[in-house]
Amino acid sequence: MNWSNIITIFLKELRDSLRDRRTVISMIVVPTLVMPVIMFGMIFVMTKIVKQARSEAVSIIVLGGEDSPGVVAAINADQRFRIVTPKGDFKQLVSDKKVRLAVEIPEGFEAALTAGDAKTVTLYHYEGEMKSGMGVTAVERFFRDLRDRTVETRLSARGLPVDLTKPFEVKRQNVAPPEKVGGNLFGGLVPYIIIIICFTGAMYPAIDLTAGEKERGTMETLLCSPVSRVNIVLGKFLMVVTASVETIILTLLSTGVSLLVGGSFFAGSKSMASAQAATEAAAPVFIPMIDPLGIFGVFAMIAPVAVLFAAVLLAVSLFAKSYKEAQSYVSPLIIIVIIPAMMGLLPGIDLSAKTALIPLLNLTLVCKEMLSGIWNWHYIALIFGSTSLYAGIALALCVKMFNREDVIFRA
Amino acid sequence: MIEAHNLTKTFKDKKRGQIIAADNLTFTCCPGQIYGLLGANGAGKTTTLRMLATLLKPTSGSCAVAGHDAASASAQVRANVGFLAASTALYGRLTSREMITYFGRLNGMADVAIAARIKVLADELDMHEFLDRRCEKFSTGMKQKTSIARTLIHDPAVMIFDEPTLGLDVMTARAIVRFVRNCKARGKTVIYSTHVMSEVEKLCDVIGIIHAGRLVAEGTLAELQTRFGESDLEEIFVKAVGGEAALAAALNL
Repeated sequence: MNWSNIITIFLKELRDSLRDRRTVISMIVVPTLVMPVIMFGMIFVMTKIVKQARSEAVSIIVLGGEDSPGVVAAINADQRFRIVTPKGDFKQLVSDKKVRLAVEIPEGFEAALTAGDAKTVTLYHYEGEMKSGMGVTAVERFFRDLRDRTVETRLSARGLPVDLTKPFEVKRQNVAPPEKVGGNLFGGLVPYIIIIICFTGAMYPAIDLTAGEKERGTMETLLCSPVSRVNIVLGKFLMVVTASVETIILTLLSTGVSLLVGGSFFAGSKSMASAQAATEAAAPVFIPMIDPLGIFGVFAMIAPVAVLFAAVLLAVSLFAKSYKEAQSYVSPLIIIVIIPAMMGLLPGIDLSAKTALIPLLNLTLVCKEMLSGIWNWHYIALIFGSTSLYAGIALALCVKMFNREDVIFRA
Repeated sequence: MIEAHNLTKTFKDKKRGQIIAADNLTFTCCPGQIYGLLGANGAGKTTTLRMLATLLKPTSGSCAVAGHDAASASAQVRANVGFLAASTALYGRLTSREMITYFGRLNGMADVAIAARIKVLADELDMHEFLDRRCEKFSTGMKQKTSIARTLIHDPAVMIFDEPTLGLDVMTARAIVRFVRNCKARGKTVIYSTHVMSEVEKLCDVIGIIHAGRLVAEGTLAELQTRFGESDLEEIFVKAVGGEAALAAALNL
């Protein structure tokens, strides 16, 4: 191993890559912009949509209710609702999103309320449609209030206390510290996103440095130099790892900055506050956090994964004759990478001696723990060791591929 | 000095089975001499030259370049070889100077020595005007000059040219031919592969005719003319490979 040659190759590849538009986009532009755009864009759009949906009166078709004018008048008087006269089949109108829902008031509803009979009010809605869902919640609340008032009236008519039907209250109280809650909420998601970024960050440089060179005819020029192929591989490999790690760092930095800027921006936004308050249903505001030490832990654990990705991507793309061919080999690998990372997000899959040996899944699982402040050193060592071993094997395979004439000169 | 002994290279092809690209090739190329490897497309010229430059390993046989065995001392062989082929391209995103410097460093040269050598080469090849421009925007002539400078940066004793004029315009091709002659004048060992008869006639001291991986005839132009009873090299070539039918069969016509 000649470090001087490896560094020479690495520095040349770095300079070359920084002058390649495709690599610069994948290495710098995407990681810097993607997270802020996703976060700001999604929050902004969602806030706007929710706000708009809330400000609009819920359009309702009332079915029946001729003998219950009081209830219909109460719905009509409520500013949240707007009664629509149906033109055609009400089910069709709800399905076509022309109205948000239909309320069927059973025959003799008001009379039944007075008599003490039980009747059923049916709400016809569009399952899964946001506006219909919000409408159904509001109408349901309207009828629940009506029911509560009816119960109160009946109880007081009989001279009974109002809380007779509520002998006790049930209250929820969180005891987990914010870091643990955050770790549990985002613990799976953070390594999942990092794994994808780590892979995509390495993808384009790996293709460009191998198949790209073959396609442009510079690979043969490079192989004519006295530098051994092991050193050539290591120089290129170092560049791909650098790109991968740099992409993760940039993404994390831009995400952190967006969270800080966006957090203070949206915290002051009334629409956001009201939307949040409505969804949390007057629950005390609880902001989940992530253990900063956990983030460092994730970084340490992602290092052998970056090496593994770089080596695999180099070996696979080297086999291709052209950039396009390499892309078609590498793109399906994303799915292979995503599946184990996603499995870590599923409930019930926990860290064990077996799962600790499955690459990527083990990373997602251990990161989830580390971000929640749990440091299981035995598993951490096992995962780091096994991933390093896989990375070493992949790198050895990559060197072997570079020494294969049929791969280098594949025509 | 290049010495090839029974150099053989076979490839496995899924459709065609085993292919003998180079079949027991034995030849010697001395310093101050241009050895011309003449052959049709697919005759085995590139494979042979790639073996000499240690890019490919021979299946059997051996070769020594500048006194180093290609199998056991491949790095030393490459350090003494300047390899120029149509397939050895430039890094488009690097400037001409960066490209040459990179190969100087890969050859273990110090930056001061590289800078001095680039100045000499740029003077010689008239490259100063485009030395600091990126190669991707170069004309064919500029590219060839940069490639030549790249092969000469470490002043190798042996020059290997694999169809260097392929696809070039007349002016650039003439410049290359001039450069090859220049190498000979400086006492370098030169091996030159081509299928262009006129280039061989103009340049080469010794001609080796290669067909289906085998060296079917070898000698100076005069020797070949006497042997085949023809004055025209093209006629000599056709006779050497076994007639037009054999040539057409080899080319899959």
